[in-house]
Amino acid sequence: MWEILQDCWKSIPGEAGCENAKSVQSCHQGKDKIDDELEMTMVCHRPEGLEQLEAQTNFTKRELQILYRGFKNECPSGVVNEETFKHIYAQFFPHGDASTYAHYLFNAFDTTNNGSIKFEEFVMGLSTLLRGTMREKLEWTFHLYDINNDGYINREEMTEIVRAIYDMMGKYTYPALKGDVPKQHVDAFFQKMDKNKAGVVTLEEFIVACQEDEMMMRSMQLFENVM
Amino acid sequence: MAAGVATWMPFARAAAVGWLPLAQQTMPKPPVDKTSRSDEILFVNVSGLRFQTWKNTLDRYPDTLLGSSEKEFFYNEETQEYFFDRDPEMFRHILNFFRTGKLHYPRHECIQAFEEELAFYGIIPEIIGDCCMEEYRDRKKENQERLAEDTEAENAGDAPLPPDATLRDKLWRAFENPHTSTMALVFYYVTGFFIAVSVIANVVETVPCRPLKGSIKDLPCGEKFSVGFSCLDTACVLIFSCEYLMRLYAAPSRCDFARSVMSVIDVVAILPFYIGLVMPENEEVSGAFVTLRVFRVFRIFKFSRHSQGLRILGCTLQACASELGFLLFSLTMAVIIFATVMFYAEKGTKGTTFSSIPASFWYTIVTMTTLGYGDMVPDSIAGKIFGSICSLSGVLVIALPVPVIVSNFARIYHQNQRADKMRAQQKVRQARIRMAKKGATNAFLQHKEDGGLQGGDGDSTAFCVKNRSAFEHQHHHLLQCLEKTTNHEFTDEITYSEVCMMDSMGFRTSRSTSLSSQQGSTTTCCSRRAKRRAIRLANSTVSVSRGSVQELDTLHVTKTPVGTQYPQSRSSLNARTEDLKLNCTDYTAAIISIPTPPANSPDESLPNSPAIPGILRNSRSSTFNTQETVKISSL
Repeated sequence: MWEILQDCWKSIPGEAGCENAKSVQSCHQGKDKIDDELEMTMVCHRPEGLEQLEAQTNFTKRELQILYRGFKNECPSGVVNEETFKHIYAQFFPHGDASTYAHYLFNAFDTTNNGSIKFEEFVMGLSTLLRGTMREKLEWTFHLYDINNDGYINREEMTEIVRAIYDMMGKYTYPALKGDVPKQHVDAFFQKMDKNKAGVVTLEEFIVACQEDEMMMRSMQLFENVM
Repeated sequence: MAAGVATWMPFARAAAVGWLPLAQQTMPKPPVDKTSRSDEILFVNVSGLRFQTWKNTLDRYPDTLLGSSEKEFFYNEETQEYFFDRDPEMFRHILNFFRTGKLHYPRHECIQAFEEELAFYGIIPEIIGDCCMEEYRDRKKENQERLAEDTEAENAGDAPLPPDATLRDKLWRAFENPHTSTMALVFYYVTGFFIAVSVIANVVETVPCRPLKGSIKDLPCGEKFSVGFSCLDTACVLIFSCEYLMRLYAAPSRCDFARSVMSVIDVVAILPFYIGLVMPENEEVSGAFVTLRVFRVFRIFKFSRHSQGLRILGCTLQACASELGFLLFSLTMAVIIFATVMFYAEKGTKGTTFSSIPASFWYTIVTMTTLGYGDMVPDSIAGKIFGSICSLSGVLVIALPVPVIVSNFARIYHQNQRADKMRAQQKVRQARIRMAKKGATNAFLQHKEDGGLQGGDGDSTAFCVKNRSAFEHQHHHLLQCLEKTTNHEFTDEITYSEVCMMDSMGFRTSRSTSLSSQQGSTTTCCSRRAKRRAIRLANSTVSVSRGSVQELDTLHVTKTPVGTQYPQSRSSLNARTEDLKLNCTDYTAAIISIPTPPANSPDESLPNSPAIPGILRNSRSSTFNTQETVKISSL
């Protein structure tokens, strides 16, 4: 009933029709939103051919097929935007807040920096992480930590990352998070990595320090069977 | 966790590499995935329609039938596929759910069928997508209402009262469902009549009658025949008061009854009279009293107990309360606006009837509802212009909420019609269902009579056996086991009712010692004798194999548990018939002890014990009877 009268009012040009009911305003807003959404769904990305991807990555055809099927099912438009990415990643960590870390992850995967991850970027990232050489993996991790992509990891960037990781733990941990645990963690990290005490960690320092760490090397190998 | 996210698990695990440099401890070993990682296509055969899907698709929702190991129960080794004997059309939707993560409700399907399918496949209906959720909810509510109505109709109206109903229950029953007993019906019509009489009297007493002798002025009939009318009024009020008090007494919950609409109407109908009794014959007060008399007209609302249409109208108005409220509100707004405008437009005119804004209200209402009495008419041009705008807008404002009210009325009316139809057809339906069920039980009884129990007793039974399916065989065997367990037997309604009838008729017919000629009504008396004999016989037949006698010792005819053929009210007669039967069975137990056992199994012979040979008409051969009776007489 209200809607019919509102439609009559809306046809009256100018402010008169709009100021009466909030719902009228939201109608207008809704219309704009629909236009935006239409635009977005028009964007549909198709990946390069299977052979090309197979050549570029370390996956077999079958694996690529399985990956793409999952990817396409979740994102029929062929791209993942940051919101969806955050939502998906948050599902894995229901206890805490995974959005910050997901943001950094998204940036790490989005090599073209256009705000969306295409299938190629997704698969490349996965290929590096799962099938890449040790050096490639470490490079990838370095790029993850290096938020502003300047080639150096400074304390602030590291603190951000560590805080983001601790955020994923949530409030209820054992033992309880007391004091500034992320800061201590960052200090330990820099202790280990920053050999020349420059206050920043370069890629070479990072790789060398990690390769010296037996424990880390062993752990890296554990993740090879994920796919 | 949303299952669709399962496809992203490898990604999330891979991303964990990013934590490694920060880790201060060793990572735990990853779980070993024994299943083959390569995806395979599964075949799912649903009643012949073959579906194929990736294993991964089904694995997305591990808490459903298809996603868990439960589907292995349906795996067919020969055809290497999963076979489900369910509706293939519905399965499409189920599978789409796995594929897209969204469950849709197919509008053309029956809601219960859909829910059953969902329950089978282990999917909760709550995850139906938003696009279909509304439709689903509406249909479900409709269905539930319908079911509630049906069960209510079954339970409430026509079910007979339990025998231990108090007077209060019976009274309430009579009031609420007048068609259940004659007295209630009479009461119903009498009250209806008196309501009509009361209302007509109220109306007629204001009609001018011929004046009394010597007076010119016309007198309203109420004053001319004041005695008569007051007597009538008193009588009606007395009857209404009695009715109200009785209802109040009989109501299961007096508070709820006192608060119900009908009770309020009742009270309002009789209150003026009592207030009039109490109030003194004072001039100034009696003015108020006259006003109270107006309330007598509310007696007409008492008719809503008698008329369903009125109730529907009331329901509609209740359901459309918001629309009516809106109508009223918008009308008020328009009235005020136009009245103001008209007043100021007509202010200049000499001798105008638009003396004030409230006075203009009347004009506005009369114009908006297109009545146009013409007692107030604008003179000035501006007034006429605004007057015409007023009448045009009136049509619009009033016409808008009307379709909503009409559609609500239609919905409620149809609902009621449906309920009435259901009730009317219910009896026929139940009768037909009972007949169909009887067929099943009769098959068993038929089977027994045909000697099927003997199992291999000659060729004659072999033919009968062939005509029955394996299922029937098993069913009959089961019923026999039950009979053996409970030491009771199945019989049919005719037998049972006859037994009851016999029992109630009493032992009044002439007796004859010769039991061989016992038929029909004399059988009851002989059963008494039989009891006496049986007692003697029971003692004397100790020598006979105890087993057979004991087995048949307490065999009774019982109500068949399959199919509720016998209404509850027969329960009181049960005991007596069982006694009766006991006599007969003891009696026949005596028969069994005779060295020459009857050709048919003793089980069979019991329901139609020779004491009551006439009862079982259905297929006892006369030879069989005489055979029995011969045996009796030999005792």
